[in-house]
Amino acid sequence: MVCIKRVVDYNVRVRVKPDGTGVAVDGLKMSINPFDEIALEEALRLKERGQAGEVLVVSIGAADAQQQLRTGLAMGADRALLVEAAAPLEPLGVARALHALVARERPDLVLLGKQAIDDDHAQTGQMLAALWDRPQATFASRVEIAGTHATVTREVDAGLEVIEVDLPAVVTTDLRLNQPRYVKLPEILKAKKKPLDVLRLDSLGIDARAEIVVERVDAPAPRARGIRVRDCAELVTVLRQRGVL
Amino acid sequence: MAARVLVVGESTGDLLSASTAKCVACAREIAPDVEVAVFASRAAPVAAAAAALAGVTRVLHVEWPAPALAAALAPEVARLAAGFTHVLGPSSTFGKDLMPRVAALLGVGQISDVMRVLDPQRFQRPIYAGNAIATVRAPAGRTVVATVRLASYAAGAAAREAAPVDARAPVGAPPSHTRFVELRSQRADRPDLQTATRVVAGGRALGSTDNFARLYELADELGAAVGASRAAVDSGFVPNELQVGQTGKIIAPELYLAIGISGAIQHLTGIKDARTIVAINRDPDAPIFEIADVGLVADWASAVPELLAALRAAPR
Repeated sequence: MVCIKRVVDYNVRVRVKPDGTGVAVDGLKMSINPFDEIALEEALRLKERGQAGEVLVVSIGAADAQQQLRTGLAMGADRALLVEAAAPLEPLGVARALHALVARERPDLVLLGKQAIDDDHAQTGQMLAALWDRPQATFASRVEIAGTHATVTREVDAGLEVIEVDLPAVVTTDLRLNQPRYVKLPEILKAKKKPLDVLRLDSLGIDARAEIVVERVDAPAPRARGIRVRDCAELVTVLRQRGVL
Repeated sequence: MAARVLVVGESTGDLLSASTAKCVACAREIAPDVEVAVFASRAAPVAAAAAALAGVTRVLHVEWPAPALAAALAPEVARLAAGFTHVLGPSSTFGKDLMPRVAALLGVGQISDVMRVLDPQRFQRPIYAGNAIATVRAPAGRTVVATVRLASYAAGAAAREAAPVDARAPVGAPPSHTRFVELRSQRADRPDLQTATRVVAGGRALGSTDNFARLYELADELGAAVGASRAAVDSGFVPNELQVGQTGKIIAPELYLAIGISGAIQHLTGIKDARTIVAINRDPDAPIFEIADVGLVADWASAVPELLAALRAAPR
């Protein structure tokens, strides 16, 4: 089971609304969160190696996340499931929804990105693992499945940590794990025929109310305007004067 | 109710990580007195180091066989959290792994990457990789679980008198479903991109792997790590792990030298916390110049040898 989030494309410059109510996202290009795309790619490779029977791609969010689920199906997922939520959820709410799905779908492995590039929480995978009372392997740069356990290499501040986790487990993916494939046109057409089910969040019987209130969103303080130098000698002089060199 | 703050200390090997002092600095913006929990072997000097931080009134030393895995640690931290209004951990890979698991066990949300405390319930944190700053309010009457953005805090002074250390054994048995295998530290001649104080990075303009290699000489002269734009990575000049940007590494060095990098938004997002950004690009209208502190309009091929010569020639 792979969990994906619909986010503003990583190549789009977001703007904070002048009234401080949030970030203007209307009309912007939306994509699968890049780290989730890596999670999906890893699941597809496990299947291609014969280590996964089925790849289910799920998303918790608004109805338009169906677009990203279709992209996931075009990449190669077997089926998709959208849990449609009227209001945005916090990571704990998403983790509770995923926990409910895990009870129904009984996956051997849940893969998701280490964080979403919009809210930058980096919480959902760990919270799901806690609620499910299963192992977590976060920030994975290598995943090897052997029978009933997985050996995962994690990118940690001190280097690379290798841990072994019994399955089922939750793995969150870091950038170095793989390079996601490009979707080809015939796959997009084929994906239209693959099953995409929609569930209502209410039907899961969980408490998904948001508790942490976002009071306002501001633009960060701008950097001071820079200077231009004529040549490398002047550049070195300026940097020495500023104490940078 | 007066705030009572518990900081989850981080240790590497037998030493207290610098992240703990930064968390204590953040915690003192919530309440003057802070308690710190450390997980380390009985003999490790970790607890004494935590006890010597100003503002720390007590250290809970849970005697823990290293290494500490989140799945095992989280239930212990959740138990220790009883009676505290706030539980803070560092936004390092240790804290990012552990704290959400603690929050979920406590049934509360988490506030990630606190960069500023407005009052005990209200915090500022970066979203969209720092392109926007959210002011968030935690619900009253619930434990506030948060991670602290380390770049936003400096370690405080040492205490005049060390705080008492309360040593104890862990309450629960760690789960057997997660097993530590090994830690491979990345020791190399060159500084690590994520933590380097200086970074030299190249973009697509360099044109080839061979040309890119010429940046290494400059990096060595500066004692810098080497990075790259996504365009350079996608062109196959350098491996993925050198990528700087929103989908690569987000870095905050003292000096960032961008060479032949035009400055796509997702790249700028990854470097905008650098103290000084220098851009060298042939195109005077390249977006990189919008955020550069010092810009030089020049072709990389001439600029790199000239810069090397200037660094070696100029008096220090």
